[in-house]
Formats: sequence, structure tokens, C-alpha cells
Amino acid sequence: MLDIVLMGLNHKTAPVTLRECLAFSEDETSVALKVFQESPAITEAMLISTCNRVEVLMATRDTTNAADTVKVFFSEFKNLPVSEFEKSLYIHEGDDAVRHVFRVASSLDSMVVGEPQILGQIKTAYQIAISKKTSGVLLNKLLHRTFFVAKRVRSETGIGDHAVSISYAAVELGRKIFGTFEGKKVLLIGAGEMAELAVEHLIRNRAGDILVANRTFKNGVALARRFKGQAIRFEEITGFLEHVDIIISSTGSPDYVVTRDQVKGIIRRRRNRPLFFIDIAVPRDIDPGINRLTNSYVYDIDDLKGIVDENMEDRNREAIKGERIVDEAVISFRHWFESLDVIPTIVELRNKMEDIAKGEIKKTLQTLKHLSDDDHEAIGRMTNAMIKKILHDPTLLLKSNGHHQNKSVYLDATRKLFKLDE
Amino acid sequence: MEIFIVIIFYLLSTIGYFAYLFLQKDVFQQTGFYLLVAGFCCHTAAIGFRFIQSGHFPVNNLHEVLSIVGWTIAGVFLVFQYRFQLKVLGVYAAPLVSIVMVIAAKFPNAPHQMNNILNNLWLVVHVVAVFIGEASFALACGVGLLYLLQEHAIKSKKHGFFFRRLPSLELLDTTGYACILTGFAMLTFGLIAGFVYAKAVWGRFWSWDPKEIWSGITWLLYAALLHQRLTVGWRGRRAAIMAIIGFAIILFTFLGVNFLLQGHHGEFTKL
Repeated sequence: MLDIVLMGLNHKTAPVTLRECLAFSEDETSVALKVFQESPAITEAMLISTCNRVEVLMATRDTTNAADTVKVFFSEFKNLPVSEFEKSLYIHEGDDAVRHVFRVASSLDSMVVGEPQILGQIKTAYQIAISKKTSGVLLNKLLHRTFFVAKRVRSETGIGDHAVSISYAAVELGRKIFGTFEGKKVLLIGAGEMAELAVEHLIRNRAGDILVANRTFKNGVALARRFKGQAIRFEEITGFLEHVDIIISSTGSPDYVVTRDQVKGIIRRRRNRPLFFIDIAVPRDIDPGINRLTNSYVYDIDDLKGIVDENMEDRNREAIKGERIVDEAVISFRHWFESLDVIPTIVELRNKMEDIAKGEIKKTLQTLKHLSDDDHEAIGRMTNAMIKKILHDPTLLLKSNGHHQNKSVYLDATRKLFKLDE
Repeated sequence: MEIFIVIIFYLLSTIGYFAYLFLQKDVFQQTGFYLLVAGFCCHTAAIGFRFIQSGHFPVNNLHEVLSIVGWTIAGVFLVFQYRFQLKVLGVYAAPLVSIVMVIAAKFPNAPHQMNNILNNLWLVVHVVAVFIGEASFALACGVGLLYLLQEHAIKSKKHGFFFRRLPSLELLDTTGYACILTGFAMLTFGLIAGFVYAKAVWGRFWSWDPKEIWSGITWLLYAALLHQRLTVGWRGRRAAIMAIIGFAIILFTFLGVNFLLQGHHGEFTKL
């Protein structure tokens, strides 16, 4: 009987070095699927590979064999002894596998809960499986359900709300001040990964001109070119405060780069247009006293970290709602999966009966040589009618929808009574 | 009895807006909005019916005056809501309208013997324009309060309940500005209509009536606020505080003057 099995490793079970070794590009994924397709143990397969996980989702009749096939393939393809990664592997079967897929796609299993990329990555993986024709009835149904569940989790819970990175939190905060960044001028003082990321976020949100001030003018020019902005000299900062709206500061300076007195005179000249300072430097670049001036707002790295932590907690709370949606979906998938079981079981049962009948007829007819062809046919018809009558009630019982909870019990009993699993 | 139907609509709208505030589901906000529209339509019909029935503009006792106040606030809010999409403002406007209407319903609605002065077109224009102006100022005050709440959340770095639910400072500021601009234009227009009417009835434009004096003070205050905004850029926090103070003075001009001081506006708020 076909079962859904998921095998793989993720950021919780394997260190990044191992995940890197086992990562599959899209082309490699195609090759892997080809190999799985040829294996007799694996009926359907798809492979998900992101920076945080490598997972194989399969439909198989023989879990152990299928798992071994995948392990051996990983080991040969990636030139890594099985023992290197075996301990990091997890194998989920049936409901557990289904739940795992739902959770991963809904970003409940992600390193940063609620990050939106994972759904797209699974969609891509599924596309590859479709193009290689390695997905069948089971995986198709499972994946469509998965996309549906992931969308539901995203829209019905706040799992993806609010920023969980420093630079994005700063941008979100800016939106509460300015509404839109259109035409807002940005001044970047110094350089640094987080600061530059914040500038990039702002550019993506259609911010206006970008100015870059650096103690070393040459570096400023290089950075400005990257943002298609303009470099200014460090001494010019005060003058430009009148024209810019968002100041992102990230220098190594031991003293304040912008002081309260500097800004105080500017506010009036700016006709009170709001000024937003984002201070990512340690020690701080922006005098915190500026926050007390009207229409100017200062957030330093600790403030932003505080926001991120709060948002993270929010997401974790929302994730609980997400888990409930996933649980519901797992139950409804199981119902579908079981209804699918009924037909093959009935077919197998009938086949078994027919095989027995055929064998017995053959044996009997060998001793009854005097019968005509018409008589042979009559005996055949009679046995077929008997099989039909005998199987009529059991078939009805298995097909009936009245007792969902017991269905698997009856199916299991039927398969055991008639030894259908051999 | 129509006033109770109107009040029920407004109260339901208030509930809708509060549900929106707490649960953050857009459907509640839309329900609140449409309930308010429904209440406003009923209200308009009731006032129109009253107008036709009595043959004069229905502002001859406190009940009717407050009803018109509620009606203009609802109408002005609907226009601003449509224009600025400041959804959360309904949390202020819907209860405000409801309270005004509940108070209105508390006062008896006995018709007074009026000397036909209420048939004059200038008077109707005067009353409607001034009320629309004051309703706009009431909204400006609400927006100002929201601005102060939001600014406090951003400045103090405590991002609680309101921070998540309120829109950007920029949107609050522009909406408040638009409210004050509209209010000022309507108030000016209404006062001019009042002068013309006074000239026609009493033969003089200005008679040092307390209501006139306080209206003049209100007008000057908002004129100063607009002037400062246009010249030195008074915006944000200071503009919000001024909008709230301005509305407090309006409340005094509207109610305080009638009850505490004497004057020729008194008869409109007789019980």
C-alpha cells in the first residue's frame, strides 16, 4: 500500500556546513528525481532544497527501501559517506509527513518563523517534479493542499506581520512617520551591512535621492555609485540636514556625529517637516537628545532590537494559531487519503478471489474432460456471480462514508484477513 | 420616533468601528461605515420631513439643534472618510455622533412659537455652513488626538495597542490640516451669511452679542493656526494641540455662551 514518506534534514538537525554539502541546485534536483523515478521502491518523488533544508517527499510502498535508496543516492551524488549525514536525517511517515510538509510550507518550521520565501521555493520544487513527471496522484493532491494551507495560515494569522530584522524594522517605523517614502531624501552616514540593507529597503520603497557621507570621501563615492546617489563630504552633513528626511548612521566614531544643537536650528528652517534618525552604530552616532526636539525621531540599535524581539514574540504567538490550521488540514487530508485506499483494497480483494476461482476451475476441469465449451463458460459465469455476491456486502461496508473513524480499522482488517499485503 | 431609529444605526456603527479597532478585521470597518451611511440617510429624511412639516428650518429648540449638529458631523465624517480613507477615525466620529444624538433625544422636542425669522435663506445658509465648519473642527480635534497618541508611541518607543492600529503621522497631519481648512472656509462663509442676515433683520452687521464675540475669537484662532502653518510650517504636534484647543473654544462658543451668557442666539437652544 502506498504511503507518504518525507525524509531530510534541516537547520535544527544539521549544521550549515552539512546543509551546504547536501544542497541541490535545480539541475541537480532534476537528476535526483530521474534516479528516484528509476528506483522500484519509489513511486512518486519531489526534492526540496533551500539553504535551511534538504528534503525528499515520496510516495512509496516500502519505506525502508526507499529511504535507503535516497541515502545511497545522496552519498554517491554528493561524495559523502552515509555515516556523515545519517544522524541528521529524520523520516516522517503518513500523517507526520503530511503535517511536516504543511508546517514547512506555512513557514512554521522556518528558522525565522513566518518568512515568506519558503512557499515559493516549494512551488519551484513541485514545478520541477511535474516537469520530470515524478509526481502522481498522491503528491499532486498533497501539494495542492499544502499551497492552500500555507495561504490560509498566512492570511488568517499574523505570522508574516511586522518586521523581524533590524533594517526592516527601521523601514516599517519610517512608514509610521512618513506614510510613504516617495520623494523622501535619505542620508547614509558611514557604511555597514545593516545600514546599507536599510537603504536598499528604502530604495525598493521608492525613496527619493540618496546621499552618502563618509569620512573617507573616496569610499563614500563608491558607495553612492552603488545606490545611484550622491556623495557628500563629512563636514557638509549639518548643511544637508535641512534637505534630507531620513538619516541612517553607522560609523565607528566614538563621539556623536550629529548633536542636538546641530539639529535644533535646522527644525525651523525645515518648516517642521519630520526628521527620522536611524542610529545603527555602537557607540551611538546620534545624540539621543534629538528625540526630544519636535518632529524629530531617533531610534538606536537597542530600540530597533526591542521592536524586533517584540515582533518575534508576536509571530510565535500567531504560530500557535497556524499549528491549529495545520492540524485541521492534516485530518482532512487523512480522510481523502483513506477514501483513496478503499478502491485499491476492493480491487485487490476481487483480484485475489478471481485468481483463486480461476485456479480451482482449472484444476477441476482437468478431471472433467467430458464437459463441452458451453459448460466451461457456464461454470465460469457461476463462479463470477458467486464472487460478486460474496463481495457485495463487504464492498458496501468499505465504501460507506458513515464511519470515518472506523474505516481504517475495517480496511486494515480486510487486508489482514485476506492477506492482501503480500 | 424616527430619532430612535437613527440613534440605533449610529450606535450599531459605533459597535462596528470598535470591533474594527480591537479585532482589526476590515469587514467590521466596512459594516460600521455602511451603518453610518444608513443612519445618515434616515437622519436626512427625518430632518427633511420636519422641515416640510413645520415649514421652517428645524433649529428652534435644543433638541433640533443637537440633531442638526449630529447630522453635520456624520455627513462631514463620511466625506472625509471617502476622501482620505482614514478608517480608524470612525472610532472617534461614530461615538461622537451617537452621544450627540442621545443627548438630543433626552431634550423634549416641543415646538416653540417662532417669529418667522427661520424662513430666511441667509439664516439657513448661516446655520448649515457654521455647523459644517464646526463639524470639521470636531473631526480635526479627533485627528489631533490620534496624532498625539501616535506621536507619543513613536517618541516613547512603546509600541502598544494604538501604534499598530493608527496610520502614519503624515496621513494624520494632512487629514487634520484638510479638516481645519474646510472648517475655516465654511465658518468664514457661515459668518458672512450671518452678517448679511443680521443686516437684513436688525439693520446692523455686528451687534457685540457674546456669541458673535466668541465666534470672532474662534475664527481668529483658526486663522492664526492656518497662517502659522503656511508661513513657518506649524505642523505635527503643535498643530494637533491647537486643533484640540480650538475645538474646546468652539464647544464653549456653541454651548457655554448660550447657557452662561445672554444674547440673541439664546432662543435656538431653549429647552
